[in-house]
Amino acid sequence: MSKEYETVIGLEVHVELATKTKIFCGCTTAFGGAPNTHTCPVCTGLPGSLPVLNKQVVEYAIAVGLATNCDITRYGKFDRKNYFYPDNPQNYQISQLYLPICTNGHVDIETEDGVKKSIGIHEIHMEEDAGKLVHDEWGDSSIVDFNRSGVPLIEIVSEPDMRSAAEVIAYLDKLRLTIQYLGASDCKLNEGSMRADVNISVREKGSDKFGTRTEMKNLNSFKAIEHAIKGETERQIDIIEAGGSVVQETRRWDDIKESSHAMRSKEDAKDYRYFPEPDLVPVVVSDEWIETIRSRQPEMRDEKIARYVSDYELPEYDAKILTSSRRMAGIFEAANELCKKPKKVSNWLMTETMRLMKETGTEADDLKFSPENLAKLIDMVDASEINGKVAKEVFEKIFAEDVDPAAYVKEHDLGAVNDDGALREVIKEVMEANPKAIEDYRGGKEKALGAIVGQTMKRMQGKANPGMINDILKELLG
Amino acid sequence: MANKIDDATIEYVGILAKLELSDEEKEESKKDLERMLDYVDELNELDTSGVEPMSHVFPVNNVFREDVVTNGDGSADTLKNAPESKDGGFVVPKTIV
Amino acid sequence: MSITELTALELGAKIKAGELSAVEAATEALAQIKKKEKDINAFVTVDEEGALKRAAEVQKRIDAGELKDSPIAGVPVGIKDNMCTEGLKTTCSSKILYNYIPTYTSTAVDKLEKAGAVMVGKTNMDEFAMGSTTETSHFGATKNPWNLNNVPGGSSGGSAAAVSAAEVPFALGSDTGGSIRQPCSYCGVTGIKPTYGTVSRYGLIAYGSSLDQIGPIAKNVSDCAAVLDIIAGKDQKDSTSMERELDFSAALVDDVKGLKIGIPKDYFGEGLNSEVSQKIMDAAKVLESKGAILEEFDLGLVKYAIPAYYVIACAEASSNLERFDGVKYGYRTEQYDGLHDMYKRTRSEGFGAEVKRRIMLGSFVLSSGYYDAYYLKALRVKALIKESFDKAFSKYDLILGPAAPTTAPEIGKSLSDPIQMYLGDIYTVSLNLAGLPGVSTPCGLDSKGLPVGLQLTADCFKEKNIIRAAYAYECTGEFQPSPVACV
Repeated sequence: MSKEYETVIGLEVHVELATKTKIFCGCTTAFGGAPNTHTCPVCTGLPGSLPVLNKQVVEYAIAVGLATNCDITRYGKFDRKNYFYPDNPQNYQISQLYLPICTNGHVDIETEDGVKKSIGIHEIHMEEDAGKLVHDEWGDSSIVDFNRSGVPLIEIVSEPDMRSAAEVIAYLDKLRLTIQYLGASDCKLNEGSMRADVNISVREKGSDKFGTRTEMKNLNSFKAIEHAIKGETERQIDIIEAGGSVVQETRRWDDIKESSHAMRSKEDAKDYRYFPEPDLVPVVVSDEWIETIRSRQPEMRDEKIARYVSDYELPEYDAKILTSSRRMAGIFEAANELCKKPKKVSNWLMTETMRLMKETGTEADDLKFSPENLAKLIDMVDASEINGKVAKEVFEKIFAEDVDPAAYVKEHDLGAVNDDGALREVIKEVMEANPKAIEDYRGGKEKALGAIVGQTMKRMQGKANPGMINDILKELLG
Repeated sequence: MANKIDDATIEYVGILAKLELSDEEKEESKKDLERMLDYVDELNELDTSGVEPMSHVFPVNNVFREDVVTNGDGSADTLKNAPESKDGGFVVPKTIV
Repeated sequence: MSITELTALELGAKIKAGELSAVEAATEALAQIKKKEKDINAFVTVDEEGALKRAAEVQKRIDAGELKDSPIAGVPVGIKDNMCTEGLKTTCSSKILYNYIPTYTSTAVDKLEKAGAVMVGKTNMDEFAMGSTTETSHFGATKNPWNLNNVPGGSSGGSAAAVSAAEVPFALGSDTGGSIRQPCSYCGVTGIKPTYGTVSRYGLIAYGSSLDQIGPIAKNVSDCAAVLDIIAGKDQKDSTSMERELDFSAALVDDVKGLKIGIPKDYFGEGLNSEVSQKIMDAAKVLESKGAILEEFDLGLVKYAIPAYYVIACAEASSNLERFDGVKYGYRTEQYDGLHDMYKRTRSEGFGAEVKRRIMLGSFVLSSGYYDAYYLKALRVKALIKESFDKAFSKYDLILGPAAPTTAPEIGKSLSDPIQMYLGDIYTVSLNLAGLPGVSTPCGLDSKGLPVGLQLTADCFKEKNIIRAAYAYECTGEFQPSPVACV
């Protein structure tokens, strides 16, 4: 390969909004449920039914637009996108083409390698999700379930500003965190509440013209996105190097085969015949409405990182990890509010919590334990009510079942033995039983005492205060 | 100015509209479309530059629902008129892209 | 006088007074339907059992002291077959919905039933309301009660004919481009298309969503106003329905003194039948003699309303009718090879010729490369048409003209030349484009003995002007709504 190429990437990210009901009807958006139980005349396209817009959808879309530095469209409309497919009950999707709710924004990203960049957002529009097709493995039919039909989506369309998979992932992560912090969606790529279609083209490095792009669909993980970008870049370069030209088309990524194929059909004309949705009236957004939404915006991640560093004197690295999910940051702040020990809270989250998350394969968003119990545990250690080893044991229980540490310690009799007399008796007995160790210690082997401490701890069932054992031992050895 | 609709256009519009026309119907449809478009072309006699396209007649805006669940299990009604259903869903010919 | 000759309000009053029960009223209507239907074919579905059951329930409510405020409690009604009625087949007179039984009731029908009206059946129409003759129905043409060789008009031809033949005292129709007013004109009955957004469209199977309105068809203006009082009003389920002043019956006063009536000169040109023209001018004179002020003026843009209308209505229809695909309800073809073949065969077999014609046109004008030239152009012309009406209504309280350029044509003479047929909508479609209210009320018979309809149009939300004028005209007794065929 003689020439050097660069990949140009733009993203269309669909995010399912966290509303209680669908975008145009009062059906629940809850996941699961037997097929078609979350449906009504509106979201199944029964003749004569009409859509009515869920206000919360507009508010979430505006909130995301504000957080991504967009202009909010003051006079917006919905349009119909016409195409026949069985997951689309009306055979048109209500979306926004001509006057989307947000335009012209950007987000700042930083890749793992520390490359900083601003990615433009062309627009954000509101639309309805489609139903689900379940294919019969053995037969020649598919089953349509409209439970997801009409679940509200925003589609965030970026400018073609990304040049690598690392930038794409940093951008998606930024969007995910921003939207999660807003509470507008849980943004789970693997569950489909966040979905990315990736537009890819290649061009010679230094060229200011874009190549022909393809659109890659069905990317359900960061890994799939990374592999698809790599694969599609290579495929396009191969075509160009062989003297061919890339065809503008939609391709579907196959995660198992690790390759993509064109989604083409004569019946699929890609002529959506958009026109203004006559069943819905325009959405007019006033200054007051924008200000109300703006005043409700929570502190975003970048602001939190800065505050953790300045107010709590945490290292920036730690602040970033603690804020890498809204849930984690929430636990940190709430626990700290109770015990006022930011470094210790951070420490528990950065070490034990992370370890257990890794071991159990838990995502930060799915952490179940309450900040109250973590704060209580930290206070108990500080008050020497339990020793560090017991604390770790108790935390595992908090992590898994959110137990109340005080109750758990009491119930399992794990409280630190701080009774000098009882401990002194045990140490004496252990010393008598281990004359060799005492002799070694007196002979200059400091480490020999370790065995005495260990056995004492064992006889105390791990509940003794290790500092106290040391003190008494040194005193007895005079 | 007489409009001309060719076979490819009729074929294409048929794909968009999901209508399968017989050869006879296609010829009929071509003539229909040509005549209708000639007729519609009369609109070009009007100068509409600077006129905003009017989709809604009245300036009614911001009609919303509150985000409150009002519907229960609708599956029985949803499927009541299905030409073919199975396992609580509508049956369609298998489609895999 | 037979019960079937009574108006809805007269019948309602008798039921209220206990002279007659709701069940007797329904029984009489069903008997008249039985007598007339073999000739008229105004109904797609007659629900005899359901009607009697509903009438008995209404009578129970009346006996329990309910429905005191409803002037139509116990009165039978026919519903156009494009309004969903729970548990009762709703076909849009199309093969594609030949077996469709809705699981919910449209808001307008629901309001009527709450007011104690007794639905006796679903009336015939042009398939999906696309047509001006009720000949495009999959269930056979409806005949005009004044002359069985003639069409009743359309698309609400079944509703107009049913009222005209005294099968029901009143009915609901829908009007997208004249579909209430034109059949009322042909059948010698009265119908109102309200201002867009006045009656909820929830449950009305859409043809052109930005143009469709439900309205009453009855023997006189008073009945129409009373029905409109019941079915109008803001509905949470229809975003385009509006909060507005109602109480239409309050406008039923026999007084047009000082009312300024504009008569568009450009309505009286080529294409208007001279007998119709004469009857309309006679009616205008009657109003003038009662104190109204007549003035001729140029409305402008009259001939552009039809092409603009067909572009917009067909575009919306092409999208609205996409949902009929054989998956969720209605007809599905028997033999197919894969999904798209099923779609195409189902739709090609399920839709009739006129519907397919309009879907093709609508799909074409929205397709890539033509949207601006056709669809947006039509929306711009619509804005101009609205403007010309705004100008007119700055001077006049109402506009007077014919509802249709001719009286009812003979069956079989219209469909072969669609553009000629569309020209019949010339006086009606512009009201739908501009969202305006209009009434068609009979104003005499032509030499063939067929009724002529007078159309009165007012500015948006000014239904009271047309109701007042139509009522004042009616009070002169110039026209007795009693077709020879129906007595």
